[in-house]
Amino acid sequence: MAVVGQLALAYIAVLGFGLIINIPHQALNVAGWIGTLTWGGYLIVQAFDGGVVLGSLIGSVGIGVLSSLAARYKKMPAIIFNIPSLVSFVPGSQAYQMVRNFALGNYRQAVSFTLQVVMITGAIALGFLLAELLNRLITFCTLRWRY
Amino acid sequence: MTADELIIATCLKAGKIMVENGSEISRVDDTMMRIAQNAGVVSANTYVTITGVMMSIQGRNATQIAAINQRTIDLEKVAQVNQLSRQFADTKIDLTTLYERLNQIDAASRSFPLWLQLVGAALVSGPLMIMFRQEVINTWPTVVIGTLGYLVFYLLNRYLKIKFLSELMAALLIGFGAEWACQIGWGTNVNDIIIGALMPLVPGVPLTNAVRDTLAGNFVSGPARGVEAMLSAAALGFGIAMVITLF
Repeated sequence: MAVVGQLALAYIAVLGFGLIINIPHQALNVAGWIGTLTWGGYLIVQAFDGGVVLGSLIGSVGIGVLSSLAARYKKMPAIIFNIPSLVSFVPGSQAYQMVRNFALGNYRQAVSFTLQVVMITGAIALGFLLAELLNRLITFCTLRWRY
Repeated sequence: MTADELIIATCLKAGKIMVENGSEISRVDDTMMRIAQNAGVVSANTYVTITGVMMSIQGRNATQIAAINQRTIDLEKVAQVNQLSRQFADTKIDLTTLYERLNQIDAASRSFPLWLQLVGAALVSGPLMIMFRQEVINTWPTVVIGTLGYLVFYLLNRYLKIKFLSELMAALLIGFGAEWACQIGWGTNVNDIIIGALMPLVPGVPLTNAVRDTLAGNFVSGPARGVEAMLSAAALGFGIAMVITLF
């Protein structure tokens, strides 16, 4: 039940961020589903004790690949799908704890949260890189397969 | 206008709209080159950064620059330019029509009204707070404060036109709002409310584009966007830190 709730919340949050950055109406639903699917992937990694960093990596690879497929299907730029779907992976909680502990003078904890933020952000960037590789591979294979 | 001038003007207009509204650089470059090729120019050169777009046609005396002074985020306009470029490639519209349509897109105001953006802010802040913190007691304070914070950011950004100052003020309001909600007993946890309410203000577009541009090899625009995202994050952080040290 909690899992279904989390997936529904991921869909709603992606929809909300899509409204803020004004993506076209026809793209909202697809972006929401990408957000839900990748958050599902993240939850699976969490269920196997994979940790937040690995979860974010898997999630951002999924976002990159699915957005590129959606972009080809909907004939729209890929950023329309991957920026809103990424919103649930932003390390907002850790970034806040980092600022809070720096402000309160707990530098040891603050540095620990800073490292977490850096690692999650790095994992997301690396995930995009891997997704780009997969996308090129998919394009190459479909071209070979067709001709 | 001569043919060359019209081609360059059209490409620059398309590039300018795309950069102004939050597209990544490689896509802008690609779209401009496609428009030029479909208009019959074999060797065009484009140089796109996030503060200006330049284009020249090799071998002819035609070079123009379009400066970009302010950037907002409106991905629908990016999609519209993309759509027009596709139509032009399929020869459904000619160059003059393309130029006119681009001017129309540029002049149009945001098609999503403010209330819809506020609904978006409410949808982002509440659900993400529940997802991150696994609790539902503070949902309503988070939704209300998050929406108010986004409203303050939007209004200040519209009239003052200094993005970082608007973010700082919005963060201050969110911090004080969260403290106030807890003091009157409406909310129970200041941290959770602040985390959720800040999420609509997260610089998602600059951050994603910074990564994408840098990976694509645009070492001028990628790091510049990174600085933009860092400044936004720092403005939000300073606002919250100020509130935390006061209470």
